[in-house]
Amino acid sequence: MTSIIGPASFKFFGIFPAVILSFVLPVIGIGLFAYIMARRIAPLVRANPDNRFDHIGKRVRNLIFVWLGQMRQPRYMLAGVLHMTIFAGFLILSIRSSSLVIIGFSDGFVLPGFGGILGDIYNFFKDYAATFVLIACIIASIRRGIFKPKRYAVPEKYGKDHTGEAIFVLAIIATLMICESLFEASASAYEFQLTGREHFLAPLSLVWIFRSMLASAPQNILQGLHIFTFFVHDLAFFFFLCFLPLGKHFHVITSVFNVFFMRVKKGNIKPVMHGVADDKLDDLESFGVKKLEDFTWKHMLDFYSCADCGRCSDQCPANAVGRPLSPRFITIKARDLIFKNYPFSGEIYKSKLLVEDIYTEDEIWSCTTCGACEEECPLGIEYIDKMVDLRRGMVDEGMVPQSLQKPLKALEKRGNPYGKMEKKRADWAKDKEFKANWQIKDLAKEEAHTLYFVDSITSYDDNIQEIARRTSVILKKAGIDFGILGKNEKDSGNEVLRFGEEMLYQDLKEQNIEAILESGVKQIVTADPHAFNALKNDYGNSLPPVKHISQIVAEKITTGELDLKPCQNPDKVYVYHDPCYLGRHNGIYEAPRQALDAINGLTRVELEKSRDRSFCCGGGGLMLFYEPEEETRMGVLRVNMAAKAGATVIVTACPFCLVNIQDAIKVAGKEGEMEALDFTELIEQHLA
Amino acid sequence: MEILVCVKRVPDTAENEFELNSAGNDLDRDDLVYSVNEWDNYAVEEAIQIIDKVGGNVTVITVGDDESEEVLRREMAMGANDGILLCDDAFDGSDGKGIASILKAEIEKGSYDLVMTGAQADEGAGQIGGMVAAMLGMPYASLVNKIEIGDDKIIVGREIEGGNQEMNEMQLPCVISIQTGINEPRYVGIRGIRKVAKVDIPVKGAGDLGVDPESIGEAGAKTKRVDYFVPDMGEGAEMLEGSTDEIIEKLIERLKAKGGL
Repeated sequence: MTSIIGPASFKFFGIFPAVILSFVLPVIGIGLFAYIMARRIAPLVRANPDNRFDHIGKRVRNLIFVWLGQMRQPRYMLAGVLHMTIFAGFLILSIRSSSLVIIGFSDGFVLPGFGGILGDIYNFFKDYAATFVLIACIIASIRRGIFKPKRYAVPEKYGKDHTGEAIFVLAIIATLMICESLFEASASAYEFQLTGREHFLAPLSLVWIFRSMLASAPQNILQGLHIFTFFVHDLAFFFFLCFLPLGKHFHVITSVFNVFFMRVKKGNIKPVMHGVADDKLDDLESFGVKKLEDFTWKHMLDFYSCADCGRCSDQCPANAVGRPLSPRFITIKARDLIFKNYPFSGEIYKSKLLVEDIYTEDEIWSCTTCGACEEECPLGIEYIDKMVDLRRGMVDEGMVPQSLQKPLKALEKRGNPYGKMEKKRADWAKDKEFKANWQIKDLAKEEAHTLYFVDSITSYDDNIQEIARRTSVILKKAGIDFGILGKNEKDSGNEVLRFGEEMLYQDLKEQNIEAILESGVKQIVTADPHAFNALKNDYGNSLPPVKHISQIVAEKITTGELDLKPCQNPDKVYVYHDPCYLGRHNGIYEAPRQALDAINGLTRVELEKSRDRSFCCGGGGLMLFYEPEEETRMGVLRVNMAAKAGATVIVTACPFCLVNIQDAIKVAGKEGEMEALDFTELIEQHLA
Repeated sequence: MEILVCVKRVPDTAENEFELNSAGNDLDRDDLVYSVNEWDNYAVEEAIQIIDKVGGNVTVITVGDDESEEVLRREMAMGANDGILLCDDAFDGSDGKGIASILKAEIEKGSYDLVMTGAQADEGAGQIGGMVAAMLGMPYASLVNKIEIGDDKIIVGREIEGGNQEMNEMQLPCVISIQTGINEPRYVGIRGIRKVAKVDIPVKGAGDLGVDPESIGEAGAKTKRVDYFVPDMGEGAEMLEGSTDEIIEKLIERLKAKGGL
């Protein structure tokens, strides 16, 4: 005998051709897989439409960076590196695994083009790939099985622990790696024994190690091992393929699609129904997501794609303070329901009202739409649009907590959540001391280049009105000709939209757009990131450009039009807290920091959780009225983080952050030690 | 079960700042926003929950001007099936008894098993429910915070001083006034109101009801408003200032000084 017998020519017990098995396994495997996939696609077909074929350039970019480049993985270093190793290994070894299936019919099969030098290079890399994947699997198993990082835990109310499934899959992957290597090592050792020629193998790779171990093994053992490992690999390969769509490892298949179709714009909210214009909304029978099939197909794909890594919930501020919300289980519960309602055979069950079946009302109201979960998800799974859609459904059914009904009604009647009179919207400018020095133009009577959009909290909250006055002084000193809409301004509706009261939001939006266009301004400035977001991302593109005051300040410092004095309190340690709607949703991280750093002698530290990992202060707009079940306040956690960073002054650039952090300082018992300051106040104090 | 709920359009206490008009005999109503009397929302919600359980119809009714139609639509958006607007110049200036007579005239025309009102109205005196019941010769329960529906009976509860609960059985048909907190009224959005915007709401006047114009309106009113004013501020309360410890200290000092401790 000149060489080892391959699976295509081998006969079990000398009579039964192994090639039959090589044929049957893939036929059954692929057939079963196709059937499972067809059943899995059924709910997507029945789901609501979603427009995900726009911005192809950005989508390809996401595919390259988020999917292929695994860009978001290293945000959790150890798990990330392990995943990247396994992912890269899968990509490389997919070629090898496919050709192994064919080797079952054709001994020594080589993919076209892989015969020469390319094949040698490929083999070199795939040997190491298998080795590193195996090492990664072992470390990952130890990590999940022994160290058990907290974020994988499944609280009792959400069902059973998922560790078993995770380790089982790691074991399958390890089996594939070991079998692939043993298959080749046995052939190589056999050849060496016969011919004395040592086929080149990547040094210290798994197959290299196995060959050394098998160097003096009897030939019949090598032959047996060669065939045995081939079929174990074949079996494991097709078992794995069919097992993937049954649970969290479905992401191995869906991730490429999910990332391609992921959110490409930030800060916006999906329309009530894709393909239905705002003025046709009245014709819709129902609003939002009430039943499973009301989700869009992309949102269903999200449910399939979740890898259960727990990063979303690990970053979720609502989860951190013990509110009844964990984004991870928003997904897992929906996936379990899809699996239950769409079984592999038999009838498809009808979905009940989701907020009574798998979700609770408080769970859905608990979200502050801060976006930390979406920023983190390595698979591009979305949550904000789902929350908003579920809320739209609840609003349509009248399921709105009493604490939110009052402000919503006030918004409908008076255009602000406090129910204050429209004519008092500009009363902040009537402060005696302020009025003596500064006159604010009313755009209903006068013209100006720029509109200062104040929004409700800054207009009406006694404590926050100071932001309006400071912003005005900054604008005046920066030489900007501006005015306000006064009683014609309505609440921006950023939270009205996000709390699911679509028609009320449409109303507010239309009134604001009309008033702004009528004023003829060329630019809009606001100090409220929520208003900034609504005007910029939700109102459509009929408005002039919108800027946040921190951008204006940073710009004017650069041009020299604004000059800042040295720090008045050089002993204090300042920290900048990124508001969600300025940072994460609109990418403005640097402007406020630049402005702070332009104050000479100001000591500034950074929070560990900053920029796109900033931790929500508790939420703005209507969230101030909502009374959640929670163990502690988000603001308190945030204040403690700032204290840990060594800060004594928390500077923020959002009126809601200011309210929440000021309250939290009191609740945390840090009054006197720490203070909260709005960006505009700090800058205005330091204007030369 | 046929349920009638009497509702009223009132200036919203949460969204207005109340000031006297220049004549000093009423509120300055120029800049007011109106809504459904809060108690009435609870009554309508309760009525809807009852018919969800036992079947039937909920009708909402109000005595008011053209603009009162708005509150009927809001309640219909909640889930009331029909609305009736009682509107006539002859109704203007009616006192409580006048309003009750107008309602009674319409209620008699239907065959309602249960008539509900809010326990009181923001601008009201809490008198309509009792008067309507007496005029119709029906039993009456006020301040109801629990309802159990039987075949021809109803068991109603009310809270007694000290948090005790009293339950009473009554024969249907009857009149009850509903206390807030009996349920959580559902939310009505703009979309809900638009959905019922085109539903026909019959408007009835004195002639349709067959009430004598002399017995209602200003002419028939036996109670007349003689004055309306904002009471003078009494001796002001005092805010203690300082840190929590300082405030506690000052408070103890004061209590001691006044003989409280």
